[in-house]
Amino acid sequence: MRILCPFCGERASSEFAYLGDASAARADPQGTEAMARFLEAVYFRENPAGVHTELWYHESGCRSWLRVKRDTCSHQIFDVAYAKEALRT
Amino acid sequence: MQKYSFFNLVSAALRRHRDWQPVWRDADPKEDYDVIVVGGGGHGLATAYYLAKVHGITRVAVLEKGWLGSGNAGRNTTIIRSNYLLPDNTRFYEFSLKLWERLEQELNYNTMVSQRGIVYFAHSDAQRDAYARRANQMRLHGIDAELVDVAWLRRLVPFVDFDNARFPIQGGLWQRRAGTARHDAVVWGYARAASQLGVDIIQNCEVTGFIRAGGRVVGVETTRGAIRAAKVGLALAGNTSRVAAKAGLRLPIESHVLQAFVSEALKPLIPCVLIFGAGHFYVSQSDKGGLVFGGDLDGYNSYAQRGNLSTVEDVCEGGLALIPSLSRVRLLRSWGGIMDMSMDGSPIIDRTPIEGLYLNAGWCYGGFKATPAAGWCFAHLLARGDSHELARAYRLDRFASGRLIDERGVGAQPNLH
Repeated sequence: MRILCPFCGERASSEFAYLGDASAARADPQGTEAMARFLEAVYFRENPAGVHTELWYHESGCRSWLRVKRDTCSHQIFDVAYAKEALRT
Repeated sequence: MQKYSFFNLVSAALRRHRDWQPVWRDADPKEDYDVIVVGGGGHGLATAYYLAKVHGITRVAVLEKGWLGSGNAGRNTTIIRSNYLLPDNTRFYEFSLKLWERLEQELNYNTMVSQRGIVYFAHSDAQRDAYARRANQMRLHGIDAELVDVAWLRRLVPFVDFDNARFPIQGGLWQRRAGTARHDAVVWGYARAASQLGVDIIQNCEVTGFIRAGGRVVGVETTRGAIRAAKVGLALAGNTSRVAAKAGLRLPIESHVLQAFVSEALKPLIPCVLIFGAGHFYVSQSDKGGLVFGGDLDGYNSYAQRGNLSTVEDVCEGGLALIPSLSRVRLLRSWGGIMDMSMDGSPIIDRTPIEGLYLNAGWCYGGFKATPAAGWCFAHLLARGDSHELARAYRLDRFASGRLIDERGVGAQPNLH
């Protein structure tokens, strides 16, 4: 598997560290149902067989956090963006 | 169905082996059953067998999307052991090992259970202390555990690199009753014994949806038509999330790929199961002579049943650090299986929030050794509606209640084992 880092170019996946599902967002501790939302964010996952949006860290490269769209059945990668930019849009 | 015995083998040989019957009955689906078990791997078939044998429920169907044992049951490294630290796990896996010990007599099938022993190598003082703690915990539960020194290990496995510059071996944890079993034979043995008791084993039958009535699950839609049942149990390993999603369930599980490997056949070299303590590498030698080994997960969500080269290299490096003489052994095959990694590294055997739907999942990559006990406890849950005493801690709601069973003590990560 090779990941196209927007800063470094295409690199082997072994240069990257994996964090997991990018849709798991930290809940607002002051918000309503904070406990239930933390439970969802920490433990529960969609775990799709197909397109999965996930966070990778280019540990042995530019050290950017990346948001990667990847097919979990074929390991094909559709889209890579800086995680920061993906958050802004 | 035929009983396997020495006498029957001889008499069949005299008839030139012409009248052996199929090992199990390949059934067509009926309209309804008492219990449907989704997943025709070791766990699903063991569940069906114990439902029929222990609880007398024989109107049972096992639905398998492909062929029997085509998933993780045919992809593991066949190790059986019960050297766990946390009491909930210790008791459960010891019960499983005891079932393994008499499995062949129970099923009348040669599952090739070989109690050849397992060594966990200690490479530091801290690791030796941790093993001492674990050994004490095991002995408190009446399980055999021995702390062994380097001289003892040198006699057992002289080919291991004891004086590795970075990871010198300081001793080890030895469980004599641990060992290996023949994974395919376990599947076939349970299938045969369950089929003999009247269980329908239905292959090429993929579940595409659930039939609901008043909030309850009352059956499944499949590629071979609708099948109704009072209770539906899922034993799906890596595909659990996928099928549970059809019932609207979200689970504390991620699916990850784990690779395993087999080398070309060698003369007998490794007399037991060896676990490298400094990296992650485990190896045993099959009766055919191939070294069967594995290591870490690839480390990302995957349903692909194949992994990447970097993990192959990593596992082989771990192996060479432990046994340098393997450097010129050729790798014969490698493959990947999809692990249902739960968020605390321990399994779930529980009812779900949906009435009529039961779950056996989250085995991470320790599912093979659990096969008999998982089947036993899941059958108990399906038959009686309450958890078996040994599986009471394996609850689905433990993630909300905080009663996690975190064998490694590192928190919410789906890539534990």
